Amino acid sequence: MDDIKTLTLAGALEGLRAKRFSSVELTRALLDAMLPSQRDIHAFVTIDAEGALAQAAEADRRRAAGEDAPLLGAPIAMKDNMGVAGQPCTASSRILEGYVSPYDATVAARLRAAGAVFLGRTNMDEFALGSTTQTSGFGPTENPVARGCIPGGSSGGSAAAVGGGLALAALGTDTGGSIRQPASHCGIVGVKPTYGLVSRYGIVACASSLDQVGPMTKTVEDAALLMDAISGHDPMDATSLAVPPTRLARLWGEPLADRPLAGMTLGLPKEYFGDGLDPEVRALTEAAARRAEALGAALREVSLPHSDYGIPTYYICMTAELSANLARFDGVRYGARVPAEDVLGQYLETRARGLGAEAKRRILLGTFVLSSGYYDAYYNRAQKVRTLIRRDFEAAYAACDLLLAPVTPEPAWPLGVYQDDPIRNYLSDVLTVGANLAGCCALSLPSGRTAAGKPVGLQLLGPGLGEPALFRAARALELR
Amino acid sequence: MAGFDIDRVALLARLRLTEEERARFGGQLETIVAYVDRIAGLELDGLDATLHGHDAGAPLRADEPVPGLPLEAVLGNAPARIDDEIRMPRVVE
Amino acid sequence: MEYEVVIGLETHVQLKTRTKMFCGCGTAFGATPNTHVCPVCLGYPGALPTLNGQAIRLTVMAGLMLGCDIAERSRFDRKNYFYPDSAKNYQITQNGAPLCLGGHVDLPGGRRIRLNHIHLEEDVGKLTHRPGCSGVDFNRGGLPLMEIVSEPDLRSPDEAIAYLTALREMMVYAGVSDCNLEEGNMRSDVNVSLRPKGQEAYGVKVEIKNMNTFSGIHAALEYEIARQTQALGQGRAIVQETRRWDPDLGETFTMRTKENAEDYRYFPEPDLPPVILTQAQIDAWANDLPEAPAARRERMMRDYGIPEYDAGVLSADRALADFFEAAAKRSGNGKLTSNWVMAEVLALTAREGTHVKDSALTPEALGDLLRLLDAKTINGPTAKALLPELFARGGDPAAIVKERGLAQVADAGAIEPLVEAALADNPKVVADYRAGKQAALGFLVGQVMKRSKGKASPQLVQQLLRDKLA
Repeated sequence: MDDIKTLTLAGALEGLRAKRFSSVELTRALLDAMLPSQRDIHAFVTIDAEGALAQAAEADRRRAAGEDAPLLGAPIAMKDNMGVAGQPCTASSRILEGYVSPYDATVAARLRAAGAVFLGRTNMDEFALGSTTQTSGFGPTENPVARGCIPGGSSGGSAAAVGGGLALAALGTDTGGSIRQPASHCGIVGVKPTYGLVSRYGIVACASSLDQVGPMTKTVEDAALLMDAISGHDPMDATSLAVPPTRLARLWGEPLADRPLAGMTLGLPKEYFGDGLDPEVRALTEAAARRAEALGAALREVSLPHSDYGIPTYYICMTAELSANLARFDGVRYGARVPAEDVLGQYLETRARGLGAEAKRRILLGTFVLSSGYYDAYYNRAQKVRTLIRRDFEAAYAACDLLLAPVTPEPAWPLGVYQDDPIRNYLSDVLTVGANLAGCCALSLPSGRTAAGKPVGLQLLGPGLGEPALFRAARALELR
Repeated sequence: MAGFDIDRVALLARLRLTEEERARFGGQLETIVAYVDRIAGLELDGLDATLHGHDAGAPLRADEPVPGLPLEAVLGNAPARIDDEIRMPRVVE
Repeated sequence: MEYEVVIGLETHVQLKTRTKMFCGCGTAFGATPNTHVCPVCLGYPGALPTLNGQAIRLTVMAGLMLGCDIAERSRFDRKNYFYPDSAKNYQITQNGAPLCLGGHVDLPGGRRIRLNHIHLEEDVGKLTHRPGCSGVDFNRGGLPLMEIVSEPDLRSPDEAIAYLTALREMMVYAGVSDCNLEEGNMRSDVNVSLRPKGQEAYGVKVEIKNMNTFSGIHAALEYEIARQTQALGQGRAIVQETRRWDPDLGETFTMRTKENAEDYRYFPEPDLPPVILTQAQIDAWANDLPEAPAARRERMMRDYGIPEYDAGVLSADRALADFFEAAAKRSGNGKLTSNWVMAEVLALTAREGTHVKDSALTPEALGDLLRLLDAKTINGPTAKALLPELFARGGDPAAIVKERGLAQVADAGAIEPLVEAALADNPKVVADYRAGKQAALGFLVGQVMKRSKGKASPQLVQQLLRDKLA
C-alpha cells in the first residue's frame, strides 16, 4: 500500500488498475485514518464504514470481472449538503436530524456511475453559512495542517479530510468562496466551476444563483478528473448550461511544455492587492506571479473597480435567496419537529431549536432586505450592483485571459477568535465573492506556507466556461 | 439604521428569538445593515438587474410523467403521519 | 344614493397537462394521498424546479384565444409565506413579468371585459381537517395553474357569471383545461366594490377568496353587494379586507384586513432562468389553436344555414361541433343534420349518459343515414328506428337498409290495398273521423304503416287515406 497521506486520486486509480491494491484495502486504510481523527480534526459528520466497504467490495468484484470505469473503486468524501440515496444529509444542521435522502444528487449519481465509493459525509458550516466550519450544528472542524486554526469554510470538512490525508478527494460547494477559501487554508486544490457547469440538483441550496459544486483535491490533475466526472448538462437543473462534460484530464496526456504559459496574459486586479492584505500572503502571491512570468505568461495590472461593493452586494443577494431556501425547514415533511399546540408554534419552536445563530442572523437579514419598504433600497439595488461587478470582470477578461490573485486576505486564524463578529467573518470572503457574483470560474491552489507553517493559496480566475485555460495555468503553476 | 424591526422580521421568517438573541442579533444586524448600506451611494439608473447566475433561458421540459417517491418513503421521512397524510396540529383558517 | 357595482375576477384554471408545473409527477385526480409526489413537489432539500413546456404552450394558447400579447421574455418569482399546504413555504408564481399581457373576453351581449394579464403558478397541497389535527396531502401541490386576472370591468353578478361561462367555454374548447368545477379545475377570487353612480374613482374593494362553483360566486356577490350597500347606506365605511364565503350559511366572513396583510417578499426565482420564446415558436403554437366558439357559431350559421340557437349549442362543445360538421358534410343537408343532432342524437347521449364521440355512431354513418332519409329512400320512422342501433353498435346504414329491405314503398298501387284493408277493419274509427275527429286519421296512418312493416311513405299513406275518406 502506498503512503495513504500523500496518495492522490490519480495515483489511487493507477494502483487500482494495476491491482497493486484493492478498493477494499484502500477504503479500509482511509477509514483507519479517519476514525481516530474524528476526536480532534472532526472532518466528518457521518462515516458509514460498513456501507463504504460494501461499495468498495462491489467495485473490486467489477474490476475482477474485467470492468473499468473512470473512478472505479476510488473513495470520495462528500460534503454533507449533497444528497446520496439512503444516507443522511443534514448540511450540518440539527433541523435535518433524522432526514434520509431518498434520492441521489446529480453529482452523486454521476460519481456512482463512474464507479466511486462514497467514503463519508464531511462537516461544514451549517447550511454552508460561514467561512470557518465552526457554525456546524455537530461541532467544529480543526485545520489538520495548521493545527489550532480554523480549516476555513464552509467546506472545511472536505478541505480538512483531503489536506489531512483522510480522503483522496472530496466535493465541496462554493457560494462565496466556500471551496477556495478552505482549500487555501488546508493547502489543497479547490475549484469553483462556472455557474451552470455542474448540476445543483440534490445540493441543499444556500443561495441558488451563486452556489456551485466543485472538486477539492490534492492536485490539479485530480480536480480535472472529478470535474470531468461531475460536469455537463443536467435536465433536472434549469440553470444547468447546455454543454457537455469537461474533458480536462486529457491535458495530462501530454508532457508539460518548457514555457507552458507562453501566449497567455494574466491580469493582476489591483483592488485584490490592497492594504488589508497580509504581507506573507502578498509575498507568496507575487512570487507565484513571477513564476508565471518565468513560465511564459505576460502579466498586466487590471482593475475591478466595484470590488469594494462585493461584500455588501453578496450579503444582500445571498441572504435574500437563503431566507426563502431555508423556509422549507419547518418540521412538516421531514427532519426534526418540535411539537406545539398550533401550527405557528410548531414552526417557531422547530426553527428556534433546529437552526443555529448564523443561520438565524442571515435569515433575518435576507427577510429584511426583501421586506416591504426595504426591497428597493437593498435587494433591488444589490441586483443592479451585481451587474456592475459582472461588467468589471467582463472588462478585465477583455484585457487578459485569466486573473491571478490571493484567495484570502490572511492565513487561517486561530480557533475561537472572531466567533461573534459577523462582519469580520464576512470580510474573509472579500477576494472570492466576485467570481460567484459574476458567475465565472475560479480555483485555489497552494502557493506556499507562511513562516509559521500555515498554508496559503493562490487564486486563478477565468471567464465563464474558461475552465480549459484555468486548468492549463493551474497545472503549470502547481508546486511540485 | 431606521426601520429594522426585528420582531416583525423574525415573525415573517418564523423564528422565535430568545431575549438574549433578540438583543444580540438586533445589534449585529444593525451593524451589518449599516455596512451593506454602502451600496446606497452608487448611481444605478438605467442598469439591468442581474437576477441569475448566467444569461441563458430556461429549457422547457417534455410533459411526460416520471415515477415519484413511494408512499412509505414520504411518510417515513415525515415526523408524524395520520393515515396516508402528513400530520399537523389542527390548522384553523 | 344609487351605487354602481364594480367587480374584477382572478380566476385560477388548472391546465390540462400530464405532469405538474415544475416536476414530472402525474396529475390524476382522486389518487391515494401523497402518491403523486417527488422531492421537487415535496420541497425536499436540494430539489429544483424544471419548467413544463406543455404548461407554457397551453397558457400561450389561452392568451392567444383571449387576445393577449404574449411576452417573449417572462419570469417566475417566489411568493414567500408559511403554510402547511406549501411544500417550500414559498409559491413559484409570476409576479413581475407574466407570460400573457392584456387581452379580453367578449360577453354574449357584446360587452368587452378587459384582462390585465395571465400568469402561471403552482397549486398548493390539500389540507384535511380531523378531530384534533390536520392532515396534508401533496398530490395537488405543484399542479399547473393559469391565473386569469380581469380588469374591474364587470358590473353585476350576472355579468360575472357570463364572463366565467365564456371563459370556461373557450378554455375547454381550446383543450387548455377541463374546467371541471367539482375537481376544482376553475377557482376564482372575486374583488367587489361599490361607487356612487357617475363617480369615476373606485370604492374600497373587498376580496372574496377561492370559490369554485358559479352559483356560489353569484350568491357570494349578491350577499356582498347587499352588505356593502347597507353599510354605505348607514354611513359606515367599507374596510379593505379579504373575506371568505360560507356556502352553508350563505354569508361572507372576514379572513384578514389590509393591516394584517402578509408581506409576501416577492423576488425573482433564482432556480428558473427567464422563459424566452421566439416569435416563430409562438406562431407555431397559434397554428394549433382551434377556431374560437363565437367565430365558429357565426360560421356554422353561414355555412350550414342553421339557426343561431342550434349553432350556439353545437359550437359550445368542440367535439360535438366537429361531429356535426363532419355529418353535415356527408349528408349534404346542414339543417336536417342539425335537427337530428339537436333532437335525436342529444336525446340518446343524455339517456345513455355519454358523449357522442364515445359512442359507436360515426359522423359518416349519421350523414349516410340522413342522406337516405333526404333522398326518401327510407322514411323518418325507419331512420329513427335505426339510430339507436348505430349508436350502440355502429354499422353502415345503406348496407343495413338493403339487407333488411327497409327501403320505403312510395308506390300508390302497392299501398292502396293496405289502405282499403285498414279502413275495412276499423269502421268505428272511420265513423269518428267523418264525425270530425281529426286525430282518428293518425290512428289509421299507423294501422297502414304497420301493415307495410313500416316501409310505406307516411306522406303517401296520409294522402291516400284522405282521398278515400273524402
